[in-house]
Amino acid sequence: MSKPLPATPLPPDEAPLRHVRQPLPHDSAKRHVTGLAQYIDDIREPEGTLHVAIGQSPRARGRLVALDLDAVRAAPGVVRVLTAADIPGKNDVSPAFGDDPMFAADEISFHGQALFAVVATTRDAARRAATLARVETLHEAPRVTVEDALERGESVLPDYSFGRGDAASVIAGAPVRLEGSLRVGGQEHFYLEGQVALAIPGEEGDVHVYSSTQHPTEVQHVVARVLDIPDAFVTCEVRRMGGGFGGKESQATQWAATAALAARITGRPCKLRLDRDDDFKLTGKRHDFRSDWRIGTDETGRILGYEVDHLARCGYSADLSNGVVDRTMFHSDNAYFMPDVRIGSKRLKTNTVSNTAFRGFGGPQGMLVIEHVLDQVAWAMGRDPLDVRYANLYAPGRDVTPYGMSVEETDTLPALMRSLERSSDYRTRREAIRAFNAGSPVIKRGLALTPVKFGISFTLTHLNQAGALVHVYQDGSVHLNHGGTEMGQGLYLKVAQVVAEEFGIAIERVRITATTTAKVPNTAPTAASSGTDLNGMAARIAAGAIRRRMAAHAAETFGVPEDEVVFRDDRVFAGNESLDFGELAKRCVQSRVQLSEAGFYKTPKITWDRAKGTGRPFLYFAYGAACAEVAVDTLTGEYRVTRVDILHDCGRSLNPAIDIGQIEGGFVQGMGWLTTEELVFDGEGRLRTHAPSTYKIPVASDVPADFRVALYPNTNREETIYRSKAVGEPPIMLANSVFCALTDAVRALDPTRPVPLDAPATPEAVLRACEAMRGRPLG
Amino acid sequence: MRQAIRFRRRGRIVEVRDFSPRTLLLDYLRLTERSVGTKEGCAEGDCGACTVALGRVRDGRVVYEPVNACILLLGQVDGADVVSVEDLAADGVLHPVQAAMVEHHGSQCGFCTPGIVMSLYTLYREAERPVTREAVNDCLAGNLCRCTGYRPIVDAALAACEGPPADRFLAESETIRADLEGIADGADIFVGDDTRFFAAPASEDALAALYARHPDATLVAGCTDVGLWITKGMAAIDKVIWLGRVAGLDAIEAGPEALTIGATATHSAAHASLGALDPDMGELMRRFGSVQVRASGTVGGNIANGSPIGDLAPALIALGAALELRKGDRVRALPLEEFFLAYRKQDREPGEFVRRVSVNRLGAGDAFRCFKVSKRFDEDISAVMGAFRLALVGRRIASARVAYGGMAATPKRAPETEAMLVGVSLDDPASWEPAFAALAADFQPLDDHRASAAYRRTVARNLLAKALHELATGRTDETRLVGERPALQAAE
Repeated sequence: MSKPLPATPLPPDEAPLRHVRQPLPHDSAKRHVTGLAQYIDDIREPEGTLHVAIGQSPRARGRLVALDLDAVRAAPGVVRVLTAADIPGKNDVSPAFGDDPMFAADEISFHGQALFAVVATTRDAARRAATLARVETLHEAPRVTVEDALERGESVLPDYSFGRGDAASVIAGAPVRLEGSLRVGGQEHFYLEGQVALAIPGEEGDVHVYSSTQHPTEVQHVVARVLDIPDAFVTCEVRRMGGGFGGKESQATQWAATAALAARITGRPCKLRLDRDDDFKLTGKRHDFRSDWRIGTDETGRILGYEVDHLARCGYSADLSNGVVDRTMFHSDNAYFMPDVRIGSKRLKTNTVSNTAFRGFGGPQGMLVIEHVLDQVAWAMGRDPLDVRYANLYAPGRDVTPYGMSVEETDTLPALMRSLERSSDYRTRREAIRAFNAGSPVIKRGLALTPVKFGISFTLTHLNQAGALVHVYQDGSVHLNHGGTEMGQGLYLKVAQVVAEEFGIAIERVRITATTTAKVPNTAPTAASSGTDLNGMAARIAAGAIRRRMAAHAAETFGVPEDEVVFRDDRVFAGNESLDFGELAKRCVQSRVQLSEAGFYKTPKITWDRAKGTGRPFLYFAYGAACAEVAVDTLTGEYRVTRVDILHDCGRSLNPAIDIGQIEGGFVQGMGWLTTEELVFDGEGRLRTHAPSTYKIPVASDVPADFRVALYPNTNREETIYRSKAVGEPPIMLANSVFCALTDAVRALDPTRPVPLDAPATPEAVLRACEAMRGRPLG
Repeated sequence: MRQAIRFRRRGRIVEVRDFSPRTLLLDYLRLTERSVGTKEGCAEGDCGACTVALGRVRDGRVVYEPVNACILLLGQVDGADVVSVEDLAADGVLHPVQAAMVEHHGSQCGFCTPGIVMSLYTLYREAERPVTREAVNDCLAGNLCRCTGYRPIVDAALAACEGPPADRFLAESETIRADLEGIADGADIFVGDDTRFFAAPASEDALAALYARHPDATLVAGCTDVGLWITKGMAAIDKVIWLGRVAGLDAIEAGPEALTIGATATHSAAHASLGALDPDMGELMRRFGSVQVRASGTVGGNIANGSPIGDLAPALIALGAALELRKGDRVRALPLEEFFLAYRKQDREPGEFVRRVSVNRLGAGDAFRCFKVSKRFDEDISAVMGAFRLALVGRRIASARVAYGGMAATPKRAPETEAMLVGVSLDDPASWEPAFAALAADFQPLDDHRASAAYRRTVARNLLAKALHELATGRTDETRLVGERPALQAAE
C-alpha cells in the first residue's frame, strides 16, 4: 500500500487547462532511463582536455610553512600545478563575505582544504600526483565542536536575535516551566552526481564553463573575480544536475573557478570532477546545532513564553550561514503562536568545512527543536502531544509570528491536521500502541503527528526575482529558457507546462533548453523552493506578451476583436477562422511581429527589516503534516518506520506527480537526516564518515511499506503561478514526525522520565536513550 | 595461454589485448568505449550508479547478475555478456523496466537511474514470480537514490515484473549462450609481462604455480575490496591474479556433516546453502552488502581479507569452520578463528591462497543465533555482529561457541563467555549473568565512526541476552524487527 490517495477535488479552474495540473512525466524521464541524459562529465570532451585534481591540507588548523610540489610536477602526465600565486584576480570563491580562499596560502582552516591543484592529461594521473606534495604546517589544535567554538568565543558572523515581549519574565512566572538542550546533527547532501565543472577557453580570455550548479550567475561572477575579467567574458551553462539539495548553491563555484583557472593558464579545456570522498571532505553540509531552550506554559500546555538559543556550527567561514541561521530563527515557532518569545543565535566558527545551504536552509533545525519541546511539554502534563500541538497552532487573534508577520492563512493547517488525524486513524492507533507496549518488553512502538509551516520567499529580498527568455520560431516551435536550474525537481517541465498552456500548444512544441547566463542574466539561485514560483511566472509573462502580439496580428488579419482570439489545441481561433499555431507564427514573422520576449518577475509584498527584526519576509506559507509510526528494538536501538501518512499543501498543484515526488523524496531525505545519517568528526577535525560506506542515507527498505501520501486540496490565496504553492523544501520537515515517534517509543520504557534523545537518532543514540530510561549509562 | 580477454558486448565478441591490469570496467565503458550512460557515483561499490549486468552461462542457461562497474576490473568480464543501460531499449522501444520507470515517475535527477534500471533488469530477468516488495527492496539495497524516496521505483519494479519476463535478450538467449560458450576456452589468461600483468589461471595447479612465481601479485576474487585500493587508495597494483576462472575453486559441496564452500564461490552462489544451515545465516546473507556486492564478492575473499568485522566470519567461527590453504603443492587446514592474527593480519604466507572453508552443520539439540547490528539494516557493515552456537541438553546449555565481529581487531571467539554459558538454564535468566559479565573479559572494543565502545559493549551483552531469551521462549516475534524466524523453533 503506497499509492497516493486521491485528493478531494477543488472546483475547476476558470478556464479548462490542457497541461497545467496534469501529472506529466519528467521531461527527461526517457533520457534518464536509457542513459541518454547528459551530465557534465558525459559531455564529449574537446580534444586535448586536461583534468584537474585538488591537493588537500593534511591538517585542520595551522599555518602553511612550506609547500613542496616538485614531486607533484614530476609525476607522470602532469602538465601544470596551480597555487594561490597563479590566481590573477582575487583568491576568493565566497558568495558574500570574502572569506573562502580558492587555495589556502597561509592560514589553514579545515582538514582537506584546497592548497593547490594538479592539471594532468588524465584524471587518474592528476589524482595520484596530488597526493605527492610535501606539506609542512605549524599545527594548532583545531576547534571542532560547538563547545570548542563557544569556549574560544569565535563566530563567523555576529550574534543575532529577535522576539517579542519579555519571554524570560513570562517563563519565570508560568505555571509550567521546562528547559533543556537538543543537539541536531548536520547532513551531507549526497547528490548522486558529485561536484563537476568543465571550462573551455575562448577568444581573448573568454571562458565557457559547464558547471553542475544551482546558481550559474554566482559561478559566472566568481570565475570572473578569480580570473580578473568582466562577468561578460564568462558564460556558465547547466542543462541538468544529478541532484543539488542546496549543496550546489554556493559551493559549486570553487570547482568551476579552479577549472576555469586551469583552462586560462594552459589554454586547454579543463575538467574537474571531485572524487566522492573528496566531495564529502571539501564541501559544506547542513548546519548542526546545539539549541538551548526554555519554555513556560499554562496548565493545558499552551505556550506563554519561549526562549531558544541556536548555537550553529558554521564551519570555518560565513558562506550562506547568515541566511541559514536566520531561517532557523524564522522557523523556531514552526506552526505555533508564542506570545512572549526570544529567539537568539550564535554563528560559531570551527575548523571544519564551511556549512552551507541544504534543503530547508536552517528551517528544519529550528522546527525540530520546538516539536521536541512540545513533546516534553505534553508529557510533563500527561497530555497527548497532538492535543498540545493543536492548542498552540496559529489562530485568528493569535496570528503574529515572533518576527512580526501576520499569518493570514490560519484555517488551513488545523483543518489539514484534523483530516490527517482521521485518515491516519491516529487515536485508535495511539490506544493500540499503548496496549502493545504494555505487553512487549523488547520491542516498543511509537507514534507522532507533526505539522509543517514553511515560509516561501528568499529572506534576502533582492533574490526574489527571475527572468525568462521565450522565442517562437516561424514553424511554431518554442524555445524556452529561464534562470532556474533543473536538479531533478521537475522545474523545467513545470515551466514548460505553463508556456504550453499560454500558447495553447502541445508541450512537445516547447523546447526546453539549458540554463545559461548568456540568455538570462543576474539570476537568483534555484533555491528556497522558489524555482517554479519565480521562473514559472517570468516565463508566463514572456509567453503572454508574445501571445498578445500574435493575437493582435490575428485580430487585425481576421477582423475580430483581440479578446476573441483563442489559442487552443495547437490552433488559433479568430471568429470563424482558425489556423495552425505555426501558420500564425509564420505570418507574424512575415508581418514583422516580434516573436521573442524576455519576461521578468519579482515577488510582491515582501519586506524585511533585519535590524528591527520585523517585516513580512515571506509571501506565503506552505503547510503539511505527517503521522509516523515506528518500532524500536530496545536491546539494540535499531528501529523501523512502519507506517507514514502525509497530507501536504501544494496549493493548486501544477503537476501532482512531480509534487508527490517532491513530498515523498523530501520526507525520506528528512528521515535520513534524523535517523541514520551521521557526520562523525574526530578530535583532529577529520571527517570519518566521508563515503557511502560509512555515511548511511536511506535505502529502499528503510521506506515504510505502508506510505500514504496525498495532496491537501487547497488554493494559494496569493497570486502565484496558477495558485500553486512551492514544494521543494517543506516536505523535509514532515520527517520530524519520525524523530518524535522514536522519542515516543523510547518513552514507553518509563513514562515518568524525559527522553534524552538527540538527532540523528542513530541506533546508538536510541539505545543510549533507552538505557537512560532504565537509569543507567550506555556500556 | 591466451594473451587477451574476450567478452560479448552488443552482439559482438570483443577481444582486448592491451590494458592496464588495474583498469576498471567503468573506466573502460566511459573513457574507452565512451558509453557514458553508466555513471560514477561513489567509486567504491556502494551507490550502484555504475551498475551493469553481466550474463554468464550457469547450468546451461544465461543468467544475468548486477555488478558495480566502478570496482570491477575490466579483466573480470572475460567470458561474460556485458549489458549496460544504453543496450536495453531497441529501435526506440523502451525495455519493460524502463517503460515502468517512466510511467511511475521513478526518476527525478536521473543520475542514479541507469544503475537502478540495470538492477531492475536483472530482477526482471531472474526473479521468481510473483515478485514481492521485499524482493524489490533487496534488489535495490545497493542502489542509492537521493531524490525519489524509492516508492515510485519500487512500484515501477512491481509493475514491470507482474508477468513472466519477455524481452529481446530472452528472445536471443540461445545466440547469447552459444556466443559465450564459444569463448569459454578453458585456457589460462596472461595479459602483460612479468612486471605488469593481468592473469587468470584456469586451474588450481596453474594458480599455485603462478602465485609461487609471483608471491607479490595481488590476488583478486570479486574485487569488491581491492577495487577500493585502486579507486581510493590509489595503490600501484601492477600484478593481478584473478581467481574467477580457476576451475572448481568455486565448488560448493553440501555434505551430511559439513558444508564446504570453495574460495571463489560468490556470496550469491553460497547464499542458499548457507541459509540451509540456519535461517539466521540466510538473513545474514540477505543483508550482506548488496546484490551487486554479493554477485562479485566471494566467501573466500571475505575471509582472506581479514576485515575486523567481516560479517560472515563470526558466524562461521561460531558454527565451527575449518579453513584450507594451499601454497605450491602444500595444503594445510586450520580452525577459522586461528587464521585471524591481528588487525588486517592473517596466518597466510606469501604465495599461499585460501582454497576452501568447511562449516559444520548443526546437530540435533544444537541451536544457532546470529545478529548483525548496523546503523542501517541493508547495505551496511555491522557495528557489532554476534553469533552463538549452543548445544542444549533439555533446557540446559551443554557447550557453547560464541563469536563476535566489531568487538576486537579481528573476528574473535569469546572463551570466557563460552565457559560461563556451560550449565546455564534457559529457564533461569539469573544464571545468564556470569556469561554477560564474562564478555567484558573477552572484549575491549574501540570507539570509531560506526559505534562507540560503550554501545558495542551494551549491544554485545544484549545480543547474547536476546539469543538466550529467544531460545527460552521459542519465539522471535517479540525480539526482532527483521529476520523473524518460523515459530517451529519453539521445539529447541
